Amino acid sequence: MSISGPLEVFRQLYRNLRSQKLRTFLTTFGIVWGTVAVSLLLAFGQGLHKSMIQSAAGLGDRIVIAWPARTSLPWEGIGKGRRLLMTEDDIGAIKQQALGLAGISSEYAKSFKVHNGNKTMMVDVSGVSPVFGTMRNLIPQEGGRFFDPLDMSDRRRVAFIGDAFAKDFLGEPNPVGKTFMLADSPFLVVGVLKPKEQDSSYSGRDKDKMFIPSTTFRAITGEKTMDDFIYKAGTPEGNKALTLDIRGILAKRLHFDPKDDQALMVWDTTDMFAFMDAFMLGFQLFLGIVGSLTLVVGGIGVSNIMNVVVEERTREIGIKMALGAKRGYVLRQFLLETMTLTGIGGALGLLLSAGICAVFPKFGLTEYVGVPLVSPSVAALTAGVLGFVGLLAGYFPARDAANLDPVIAMKL
Amino acid sequence: MNWPLIRRNGRNGANGNGAIIHMDGITKVYDTGKVKVEALRGIDLSVQKGEFVAIVGPSGSGKSTLMNLIGCLDTPTGGQFDLAGEAVAGLDRDQLADVRNRRVGFIFQNFNLLPQISAFENVEMPMLFGGVSKRERRERACELLERVGLGNRMDHKPTELSGGQMQRVAIARALAMNPDILLADEPTGNLDSASGGDIMTLFKNLWEQGGTLVVVTHDMALANRAGRVVEIRDGLIVRDTANAA
Repeated sequence: MSISGPLEVFRQLYRNLRSQKLRTFLTTFGIVWGTVAVSLLLAFGQGLHKSMIQSAAGLGDRIVIAWPARTSLPWEGIGKGRRLLMTEDDIGAIKQQALGLAGISSEYAKSFKVHNGNKTMMVDVSGVSPVFGTMRNLIPQEGGRFFDPLDMSDRRRVAFIGDAFAKDFLGEPNPVGKTFMLADSPFLVVGVLKPKEQDSSYSGRDKDKMFIPSTTFRAITGEKTMDDFIYKAGTPEGNKALTLDIRGILAKRLHFDPKDDQALMVWDTTDMFAFMDAFMLGFQLFLGIVGSLTLVVGGIGVSNIMNVVVEERTREIGIKMALGAKRGYVLRQFLLETMTLTGIGGALGLLLSAGICAVFPKFGLTEYVGVPLVSPSVAALTAGVLGFVGLLAGYFPARDAANLDPVIAMKL
Repeated sequence: MNWPLIRRNGRNGANGNGAIIHMDGITKVYDTGKVKVEALRGIDLSVQKGEFVAIVGPSGSGKSTLMNLIGCLDTPTGGQFDLAGEAVAGLDRDQLADVRNRRVGFIFQNFNLLPQISAFENVEMPMLFGGVSKRERRERACELLERVGLGNRMDHKPTELSGGQMQRVAIARALAMNPDILLADEPTGNLDSASGGDIMTLFKNLWEQGGTLVVVTHDMALANRAGRVVEIRDGLIVRDTANAA
């Protein structure tokens, strides 16, 4: 069948679609609906996943937190219940001996009274190493920084403060460069925490806290023994082995039974991530199944429309064939129409989903369910599957109609 | 009338004696599995170019079957059939579609126009299947619609036209590809007598311009306008007479 050029084909297509407004609308609507349903479902799943990972990472990126506590087993002639005291020397020994260590920081904690002019507040202060900042995801707002090794070695009076505390105490969201009084000494704010989601903590949320170099902390308090320390291995999988290693090193230095897991209490946050990954996998699987079922329902809808359409148009096919249209022409016409409607429907569905996702954060639920994230590939796949179903559903009846004798088709 | 509405000469050189239709012992059997119906039982029929033939006969006589065979909408069970000198037997569906498109102009009792598109687009359609260029299609469709008296109704949809007007659109459509033969099935069957009269006059004009027409009809007024009447009964030709001019 020679038709004068692709332009002509599209003119014909436009004419057919225009002349069948209801059918065009219903088919497109079916594909739009299916695409929106499936993309939104998966978009919300994706958003929730991301939000959970982010909140979990608020505490730190796959770190381990360890507290020296009391022994629960006798060891080397010493009874149980002895309190373990850890100093910087122990941290130094771990740094030297532990295998696969990527970072370690001690943490000294105490509540202080702080003064800003006439304003006085209590705040939980942690004395830590510079590496603590990245390990615990303490990311400064623009213009600020976490303290560095020089601050550390010079015992500078610098502070990195939580964003909520900054507002409460200093009255502005990003008071970098301001000074305040802590333990009768002036401290300089070098960085303010960039607001973050944090779903777990061990001594208050970071937004309400203050962090200063551990050297400065020890100088002003005279404290020698730390409250806890955090560390991480080069790879998340390495944390287990590293913890065993560190327990062994400390058992030797502090004289406790290496099998005594009460002596050194350990919180490996990778356990949480492992649980979350498993949970999310199940959740995504669930959404995938629901999505597939939605897709099937949508597909049935689209195929139903196509089927009715072809029946409706059998007479038209008969007339066209009587006037000399070949089978190929009739089939091509149907396929092209379906593909065009699928394309338009898919694009509309994607736009609509993206629109809903863009508006969604305005409802203020993002803290709980995250920001939904539309994946164009999911939308394209959805529209593609629906289009394919429609194509099959349209193709076979159209082929049957094209195989009828034109005389019979015309009389239907 | 300086251009032909309908072809005067067979394109592929209808065989020497100028027969557009040449049927020899044509049979058609419908086999429904249980019952075999012999619709045509040996038709010998020749129609020369420039003839106006009316095929008459009671319902069930086989005249519609004959009409479908002549129009290449169906193929005979047995016998020899040449249309404009071309053997139709053994052509596949697409080849038959091509023959219909180029050689036959159909006019149906119920018009068979596509309801959603305009009169102009209906007339243009066969040319679309025939691969006629857009410009040529437009010119010819306009010319034909003017010729059948619908120059001012080109953008109307069939539903916005009267029965007579619809049939005239159908005639314009039938003429679109400049066919060898115009084939009409009860063309006045759904029309009032005034509109029917218009259609008959139009046919007569086409004939006078040298066109070849075959009309299946119950309408004796129409049959009497034809140059020749062929009567069919029980699948056989029982009468074949020329009308007095």
